[in-house]
Amino acid sequence: MDFRDTPDEADFRADLRRWLREALPTDWADRPPQVGHQDVALRREWTRRLFDAGYAGLTWLTEYGGGGKPYSYQAIYLEETGRVHAPEHIGVIGLGMAGPTIMVHGTDTQKKQHLASILSGETIFCQGFSEPGSGSDLASVATRAELDGDSYLVNGQKVWSSWAHIADYCILLTRTDPAAAGHRGLTYFILDMHAPGVEVRPLRQITGDPEFNEIFLSDVRIPVEDVVDAPGNGWAVAMTTLLHERGTLGFALTSSLEGNMARLLETVKAVGAAGDPVVRNRVAALYVELEGLRYTNFRSLTTLMKTGVPGPEGSVAKLCWSETNQRVTTLALELLGSDAQLDGDGGFWSGFWQYQKLRSRGNTIEAGTSEVLRNIIAERVVGLPRSR
Amino acid sequence: MLRAAARSWLSGRYPTEQVARLADSDTGWDPASWRQLGALGWLDPDLGMLEYAVLAEESGYALYPGPWWSSVALAAPVLGAVPERPTTLAWAERGTTDLRSAAVSAATTARQRSGVWRLTGSKQQVPDLAQSEAVLVVAAGPDGIGVWQVAVDAATVCPVSTMDTTRRFADLRLEDIEAELVLAPGAAEDALHAVRLRATALLACEAVGIAQHALDLSSAHARERTQFGRPIGTFQGVSHRIADIYTALQLGRSLAYRAAWSVAAAAADAEEAVTVAVLSAGEGAVLACENAIQAMGGIGFTWDHSLHRFYKRAQWITAFDGTGRSRREELATVLLGTG
Repeated sequence: MDFRDTPDEADFRADLRRWLREALPTDWADRPPQVGHQDVALRREWTRRLFDAGYAGLTWLTEYGGGGKPYSYQAIYLEETGRVHAPEHIGVIGLGMAGPTIMVHGTDTQKKQHLASILSGETIFCQGFSEPGSGSDLASVATRAELDGDSYLVNGQKVWSSWAHIADYCILLTRTDPAAAGHRGLTYFILDMHAPGVEVRPLRQITGDPEFNEIFLSDVRIPVEDVVDAPGNGWAVAMTTLLHERGTLGFALTSSLEGNMARLLETVKAVGAAGDPVVRNRVAALYVELEGLRYTNFRSLTTLMKTGVPGPEGSVAKLCWSETNQRVTTLALELLGSDAQLDGDGGFWSGFWQYQKLRSRGNTIEAGTSEVLRNIIAERVVGLPRSR
Repeated sequence: MLRAAARSWLSGRYPTEQVARLADSDTGWDPASWRQLGALGWLDPDLGMLEYAVLAEESGYALYPGPWWSSVALAAPVLGAVPERPTTLAWAERGTTDLRSAAVSAATTARQRSGVWRLTGSKQQVPDLAQSEAVLVVAAGPDGIGVWQVAVDAATVCPVSTMDTTRRFADLRLEDIEAELVLAPGAAEDALHAVRLRATALLACEAVGIAQHALDLSSAHARERTQFGRPIGTFQGVSHRIADIYTALQLGRSLAYRAAWSVAAAAADAEEAVTVAVLSAGEGAVLACENAIQAMGGIGFTWDHSLHRFYKRAQWITAFDGTGRSRREELATVLLGTG
């Protein structure tokens, strides 16, 4: 075990730092933190620059347009971009979920059609898994897909789809065999979001932002070529998607938590609480959690680099990150005193912490609720008997 | 390899019933085990921090009662070599309990008469003192703080009652006792700094072993124990507590290994790494034991079950050379300045 960069990694890190310094606007570091989600146009443009500089899809094989590098390079990328609060690649779902799934289960045509354009940001993916009646119990999806000639006829409703309002494609989980119960009878598709019958409605959340969407599917036709893997094999494909969601997410989450931690320290100083022993103790406790997460990622990375597949231990990172991030935002708002209510231009950083506080409640629900993650740890990692 | 050999020896020689017997005995350990540790290579001069980390974790897992940690972590950095006989370090005094302050002031004095050093004073809370043959004493010489070695049977040893009886304390009284100079004034501060890093990093590793044991005990119980016609591990109120043990264990393990690595590599941030590690792993081990006691119901609350012994060691670790509060204050100084 060695936590130092190899000489090649150190070069990569130095080049990336230099590139970020040149690519980001000169006043970037002085700008107040972004309240809510970054502007789509800005992210599209940034994505293009990342792609041109070779920083998109660092770990993807070169034949798919990626960098062909070990996962440690992706970790360095996330550390360095997080450190300077750089914008993220716009293809969050494509890079982290759709892409890796297509690589494992997709046909050559699907790989050719989608992988390179995910990297360049030319096409954007969204995810169609959750439904109003199917949240944690994903195997209960009810969106119907019926084979009709050389296409499937799809009807149903999906929810909690971030990016759906600008997405070109959706990784869609449907039920093709209503007679088969649970995990069986599911089929995984790549849905063209521009197809007739696809309607996207923004879903306003507790922050006031419409970050997520509902997708309504009415007699949508999906050609059989757009099935991923075999019909009826959707559950296995969906598990690949979720494994990658949690596996490579650890570093991204830690990097975002690190950003909030840095801002918390700034806030402590700005409100004159740096000498308060209670605040000092709470800040230090949060820092210990952040460090625990950071070095757990390094250990998971070692496993990932050996096996190529993230283990279920990745659930630990997501679980801890979400709960620590909630505690960070709670302390931050407490620091603001009665100004904690001011979330507009009159508020501290124009309401940055108010947004973060509300948004963080979603952290323990999205991408696996804390309850589901604890079940996964208890049953699949520790080996306790199944609860159901 | 090293880990497997350590675990197999410890589980053979120190099953929990044997640990319990020793913990409740007068002597507190089996002195014959010192020679066995030597034969197993635990005292070899070529072991580094990473090997010590593995052995500390395994000795925590088995709750090995014996002065191995004191000898390799408290005494060896002062002596510059692993001692041949069980040896501990006496630094704490009334009002000066942590290693950092002990390096700058001591009421215990060392004076040389006719070429022989003699120590006078009182030291308190010396780990494994009654289980050791020699003790290194931090004292004030004519030119500052140094370290002298004293034979334990030449001094007055007053055992004190401790919650954890697998690593006991005793107070040490020295009245004009003959001593041998180990570190002259000036060199003591660096040596005590090295002690602090190594001892704390290895306690973090030990805490990982304790948390792992609490996880193994509670998860085995949750699989086997049935109530309402089902194994209790199927109830989420129980299984989620056990999942939280696993989570705390993972974070603590990552930080404990990193701390051991940082000390081995003499990394610039070794001190912070060690502080973060013992906070995470130490408090993680306490949480692991508390959740295990809860998950195991009445049985985990009895004296006969071994769990309480792990719980007490976990608390020993969190109180060593500082508290959660004082360690977090140290981190706050790094993060926020002195306020």
